[in-house]
Amino acid sequence: MTKRVDITLTINGTAYPLSVEPRRTLADVIRDNCGQTGTHLGCEHGVCGACTVLLDGDPIRSCLMFAVQADGRLIRTVEGLQNGTELHPLQQTFIRHHALQCGFCTPGFLMLAAGILERRPDIGEDELAEMLSSNLCRCTGYENILKAVKAAAVEMKARA
Amino acid sequence: MKPAPFRFHAPTSVNEALALLAEFGPDDGRVLAGGQSLVPTMAFRMARPAHLIDINRIEELRKIAVERSIIRIGACVRHAAFETDVISGQTGALLRKIVRHIAHHPIRTRGTFCGSVANADPASEWCCVLAALDGVVIARNVQTIRRIAAADCFQGVMTTALREDELLYAVELPVLGDDTVSGFAEFGRRPGDFAISMVLATYRLENGVIAEPRLAVGGAETHPRRIAEAEDALHGRAPGAPAFEEAATIAAAAIEPMEDNNNTAAFRRGLVRTLAQRALESAA
Repeated sequence: MTKRVDITLTINGTAYPLSVEPRRTLADVIRDNCGQTGTHLGCEHGVCGACTVLLDGDPIRSCLMFAVQADGRLIRTVEGLQNGTELHPLQQTFIRHHALQCGFCTPGFLMLAAGILERRPDIGEDELAEMLSSNLCRCTGYENILKAVKAAAVEMKARA
Repeated sequence: MKPAPFRFHAPTSVNEALALLAEFGPDDGRVLAGGQSLVPTMAFRMARPAHLIDINRIEELRKIAVERSIIRIGACVRHAAFETDVISGQTGALLRKIVRHIAHHPIRTRGTFCGSVANADPASEWCCVLAALDGVVIARNVQTIRRIAAADCFQGVMTTALREDELLYAVELPVLGDDTVSGFAEFGRRPGDFAISMVLATYRLENGVIAEPRLAVGGAETHPRRIAEAEDALHGRAPGAPAFEEAATIAAAAIEPMEDNNNTAAFRRGLVRTLAQRALESAA
């Protein structure tokens, strides 16, 4: 085992002081050390997108980054989406449009969509579909995910 | 799977990184930039580096510098930077056109231009750009700075002229003139997949005929390169179907395509012919 490194991860505004082995991925540390198990791990090599979180606002694959690299950075996970007891517009539209079935990929899709819509509220449908193609879903066939994200975009703009 | 143990180094200056590379490069030390190729390889344990030298905290490496005729891209500039209009003119337009073909957005927010060049995957779009435009790789170790021409940089599948104690410090691309047109076409099974073949073409018009043609093929051979025979077929010709078809046919004949389980050499040759024509047509 290699020497542990002391770091602080800030997840959804909460600071987690940790001592971690450098080889541990951000995804594993978010789940195992910080107990935030909403972030899912599918393929563990960057293909499926289930582990997508926001790093300083950008969607990233948390399985392709080591936790030591995220020291001092701002991380947002699916647990941080809702506002108190009110679900985030994306969470509401995912329910309304049946954009999930088994739900395994959903945290990744939600964070991907949140990252995209916060940066680019006016993104066009073609480009949005292209962006969403980065994550895999084996249940929905994607159409309902696209519908949900488009509906959320309208609601998020109305609130802004 | 989980990566094997390694020692982690996080330098905050280029000199510190170079000193670490001098010490640990020969001891199976690797540079970690975006990690979008290295980390999955480590997850599969195909790579088990003893040391990782993480260059992400080095401010100096995050810059794109545009000088009169040169664009210098630092080692930690992410692919996603090229989705924006950070570089103006024809070179910026070309990079914006190509960046959308590189993996997916959440990969592009971490992966770096220079990391792709150092990784030298045959299917790398940026390696094809470097070859087409005769870019220059700037490699540094503690003692020296080497300028490596694109044609000398790529030596085979995922093999470059970089030495184990060298940092790929930056890549330089030429600023294309406003009268330069460019076209790019690639084929993969799905958007975001590794391309099976790609073609990048640029040229200028002088008195109605093609001048300074460049045509580079990527993904088909062990590394991307300009195809001189196809460029000769374009030079001095009027842009249009006859010249484009001839150049595309010549390009397809000039390459030595790789074969793999899914793609025969003949299939790649056919792709290159079609893609060369599409690249040229879209540049017109």
